[in-house]
Amino acid sequence: MKKYYFDHVATNPLDPVVLEAMMPYFKEEFGNPLSVHAYGMTAKNAIEEAREKVAGLVNAKPSEITFTASGAEANNFALRGIALARQNEGKHIIVSRMEHHSILNAARFLEKSGFTVTYLPVDKQGVVDPETVRKAIIKETTLISVTHASSEVGTIEPIKEIARIAKEHNIIVHTDAVASTGNIPVDVQDLGVDLLTMAAHQFYGPKGAGALYVKQGLRIVPLIYGGIQESGRRAGTENVPAIVGMGKAAELAKAELGKRMEYLRPLRDRIIDSVAGIPNAILTGDRQNRLPGHASFCVEFIEGEAMLMLMAAKGILSASGSACSSKALKSSPVLLAMGVPTGLAQGSIVFTLGMGNAIEDVDHLVTEFPAVIRRLREISPFAQGWGDSQEGGTCVTG
Amino acid sequence: MKFVENVKPDVTTDIVYMMCPMHLLKLEEQMKELEPGQILEIMTDYDGALEDIPAWCDKTGNEFLGIDETPDFFKFYIKKHAR
Repeated sequence: MKKYYFDHVATNPLDPVVLEAMMPYFKEEFGNPLSVHAYGMTAKNAIEEAREKVAGLVNAKPSEITFTASGAEANNFALRGIALARQNEGKHIIVSRMEHHSILNAARFLEKSGFTVTYLPVDKQGVVDPETVRKAIIKETTLISVTHASSEVGTIEPIKEIARIAKEHNIIVHTDAVASTGNIPVDVQDLGVDLLTMAAHQFYGPKGAGALYVKQGLRIVPLIYGGIQESGRRAGTENVPAIVGMGKAAELAKAELGKRMEYLRPLRDRIIDSVAGIPNAILTGDRQNRLPGHASFCVEFIEGEAMLMLMAAKGILSASGSACSSKALKSSPVLLAMGVPTGLAQGSIVFTLGMGNAIEDVDHLVTEFPAVIRRLREISPFAQGWGDSQEGGTCVTG
Repeated sequence: MKFVENVKPDVTTDIVYMMCPMHLLKLEEQMKELEPGQILEIMTDYDGALEDIPAWCDKTGNEFLGIDETPDFFKFYIKKHAR
């Protein structure tokens, strides 16, 4: 059966051009970048070239890019690294309720270690109001971390505004830009952030490569101790092929960003428009200010997992909530923070598009999705009650 | 250990929280850039530098002026030797 992949926020397929760039570093160019001989020099040069390309994608200086093994590592590094480096100035940090687990759980760790954390509320679209940031700031606040775009609901946050408020109080700003980098313009100068997280596999690069932008002059306590890789900030022999792949993917993303956004937006809108006709199914996240390839919904009276299974039976591969929430089989904290009732949050489904999706793939999705909802509502005990009580319900019992 | 205050450096390098032996690598790198007689300031929290940097100065003939201790890190002052 043909497979239709609509789970690009979980991960993207590797671009064949990127794989080609990586291949020599799996094979003949196997050197350790710290070695002083020819093999080492080649590997070192390859990493520095990748650093320039990644810096170029977000308008940073190459020296401001530290490679990590994942976006989650970069998030942990940023939160713990800045909180610890500034703990003499204060032990209060601010994060939003839209954050990925790698921020939320790192924040919880800091709480256990004696820090105080404020979790910012969001509105129904999942937007952090910059004024709530202003209100949350106290004298001891040293760090604010708000995601650039939510992987679960696609909402793009007003980071520039938040950073401006933070700067008035001399507070460090981090943004998790894993879902946005390579998908929408990300410019560290324009955003005004001090730290920014990215992950290569979100823009057709390999897994196992992430990066943290750390503004020049900022002190950060390392997460991993050891040697002097990454200027003594992140020890461990570098994953040279993955880093090279991240560089190549960043170069391509920068060159093709406009084209990618123009291609994905109409496809996304087609899915959103098609769901608008289904009763008691809502779009989650902001309608306008959202990632170009992101269409997320909550469907009443149905379990997200059930939708995933029936959609998969039609070859359509999607997700419910974030990748981890789906496995944990619980309501997404992000949806609950947005005020989605628990029952409705259970019916979450997320379609995320990529450059490999043809228009015909979307045709298939918009045909099958309403049918799957109909089928599930037929067998749902909750939907029966709803169907009886609703006048003119069109697609409940068929 | 020699302690100094209010030294006016020509160049400052901040390697606080960066791992050993970054203090020696940066030291060597920065000293190459300096003119004879100029002063380098290195900020580091690595206490091994208390031995390493004076020893490096002895070995290379540069003048170790001393350190200025702050609550979080040390400031090392090194004067490039005159040729």
